[in-house]
Amino acid sequence: MTAIDITTFNELKQMSGEDFINELIDAFLDDAPNMIKAMRIAIAARDVETFRRNAHSLKSNANTFGAAELAGLARELEIMAKDYNLNIGNRLEVLSEALKVVADELKGLRV
Amino acid sequence: MTSRQEPGRLLVVDDNKVNRILLARGLEGNGHTVETAENGRQALEKMRTGSFDLVLLDIEMPEMNGYQVLEVCIKDDELRNIPIIMTSSLDEVESVVKCVELGAEDYLNKPVNPVLLRARVNASLEKKRLRDQQRKLIRTFATKEVAEELLKSGFSLGGSLVNASVMFTDIRSFTTITEERSPAEIIEMLNDYYALMFDAITGHGGTINQMIGDGIMAIFGAPVYYEDHRERAVRAALEMLELLASFNEVQAALDKPQIKIGVGVATGNVVAGFTGTQHRATYTCIGDTVNLAARIESHTKVVGHPILIDQYTSEGLSPEIELDALGPVVFKGKHQPINIFSIKLKSQ
Repeated sequence: MTAIDITTFNELKQMSGEDFINELIDAFLDDAPNMIKAMRIAIAARDVETFRRNAHSLKSNANTFGAAELAGLARELEIMAKDYNLNIGNRLEVLSEALKVVADELKGLRV
Repeated sequence: MTSRQEPGRLLVVDDNKVNRILLARGLEGNGHTVETAENGRQALEKMRTGSFDLVLLDIEMPEMNGYQVLEVCIKDDELRNIPIIMTSSLDEVESVVKCVELGAEDYLNKPVNPVLLRARVNASLEKKRLRDQQRKLIRTFATKEVAEELLKSGFSLGGSLVNASVMFTDIRSFTTITEERSPAEIIEMLNDYYALMFDAITGHGGTINQMIGDGIMAIFGAPVYYEDHRERAVRAALEMLELLASFNEVQAALDKPQIKIGVGVATGNVVAGFTGTQHRATYTCIGDTVNLAARIESHTKVVGHPILIDQYTSEGLSPEIELDALGPVVFKGKHQPINIFSIKLKSQ
């Protein structure tokens, strides 16, 4: 386990309750790929605002689960969009890979 | 914090499913009832129909973001009463400040700390309960509009010069009545009488600002300004006499004493505002116009007309209101004679 900080995750589990941690994980596993998809479409459409908002959401959720690296990558993209800079290179692919790792770890953490 | 907290009805607004679930479950765990909305537009729809005690509002949302929701709420007389806690990421400090300036009650950083969530939500609910009580109390003395205005202006003490109509009302034959009747009977009669008069005054947008003995002082055009405050004052006076006529019919049928009143209205600039302390304040007004209204009310005894007004008031009335010019009167303490008019009652 490296992508997720287990202390943060356990605090989250304590707050949501054992019963709901699965619901939370499933919501994230459902939503996060859609956010990356929305960011891809936004790049093509030069829609900075949608891109920024989705990067922001992904960052927020990654922080919630203690996925610091994923959150950092999303935050970097959010800041670029805030500066109206969509020349992101391969950062979306890197983000996508990081999400896969986090998703696999989260699946293992389901109760 | 005490554990006396009553549960509330809460609305969680967040476009992000994880955040919605997390907040909703946390709040339900504290005993609250929670509904959710995915964007600002949906939130406003639910707020208008759902009678919520508190809203937790995300800033970043598609369709309508947190600012836009907040802006709509602040301008809406009903929605303004629902406290809003902004939920935001740590790096949105500037946005949070902007929201609190706009009128948000409080804020919480995401990911939300459960201890803070519980404390902030309970504090906001408690504040709302106190405000609701305060609002209820103010409504006993004024119309809903006046109460809202007062709550909005935040009871700031201190006066301002406003153009308003001042009304004095007094019971004509009160002394003889008190001598004839038991104290309990008098109080009951007075309570009925006040209920009717207050209804007529607040129904026309007036604010009762003093009760002196059996007299009532009311002001029209402040604290809420109405262009037609002169007309409102006179229409209130007419309704007072109509209500009193029905009241007297019932009293006569029960072989109980009847009440006769005199009403005086004067219009002009008055200094109006809250006087007192932050804990106990009354809305009052002072100035020549107030003295004149009292003198005119007194004059009803002399001329035997129940409603008298000054010239400035008469100039602000619609043609349906019939009046008689009674000519100039020199009142005690005034150098200039004042033109006085009598209002014809509807039954005359």
